[in-house]
Amino acid sequence: MPVISSTKNLEALSFTLVAEFDAGVDRVWQIWEDPRQLERWWGPPTWPATFEEFDFQPGGKAGYYMTGPEGEKAGGWWRFTAIEAPHKLEFDDGFADEAGAPNEAMGITHAAVDLEDLGGRTRMTVMSTFESEEQMEQMVQMGMEEGMREAAGQIDAVLAEHARA
Amino acid sequence: MVVDQLRDADVDRLFQALADATRRDIVRRVTAGEYSVSGLAALYAMSFAAVQKHVAVLERASLVTKEKRGREQIVRGSHEGLQKACRLLDEYEAIWRQRAGRIADILAEG
Repeated sequence: MPVISSTKNLEALSFTLVAEFDAGVDRVWQIWEDPRQLERWWGPPTWPATFEEFDFQPGGKAGYYMTGPEGEKAGGWWRFTAIEAPHKLEFDDGFADEAGAPNEAMGITHAAVDLEDLGGRTRMTVMSTFESEEQMEQMVQMGMEEGMREAAGQIDAVLAEHARA
Repeated sequence: MVVDQLRDADVDRLFQALADATRRDIVRRVTAGEYSVSGLAALYAMSFAAVQKHVAVLERASLVTKEKRGREQIVRGSHEGLQKACRLLDEYEAIWRQRAGRIADILAEG
């Protein structure tokens, strides 16, 4: 597993994930910079993401939707707030209606991505900060199918530990 | 670890409630939107009473709330702040773990 650590901060409503990959910083930067590569990992296999707009520059906007198993669509947008290739990327991430118009009422998640060169390998740190619990819930629902399956696996693992103790 | 913030008895109830696949499925559904008990019962190959029992277990673990509306009993995901936030952060973590896994797969292609 590439994940090194994950930290949840309930009070600050933030989440930080640290992962390491067997690839150079420039290569890992591409999976963020290239929307066709981004589409391959942003959404779960059951809810793949399609980026229709991708203006990769500070102040630029990206528009995307995720398509569910029944053909239902969930829209989202990003606004890039900082881009320093190939190490730093920050953006606001929000919801959009069916026409792709931002729905500010549902809140904005701020994401800060940091890529660190470990001499051929790369450490990626992603920090997400939520505005509210309601918004966190919406966020989770968009990626829920796969997430729950994994969460269920984790619960099972904890239960097995619990049973041994 | 998030569960440290909950009392031991609560954690036991929570884990017992989530140890069953049907109950996990119920939680997943009612967190996304409300269901009646009969609506839930129609989804599973088990009796109304069995589903009602599952809902009661989830209710005791504060994972769902149940409310009478006319002749229906409406089940919703519980909005108890801390516990819910914990769960949501756990789920958000799972989403990102999956994403990191998919990134590693793409990078492995060269």
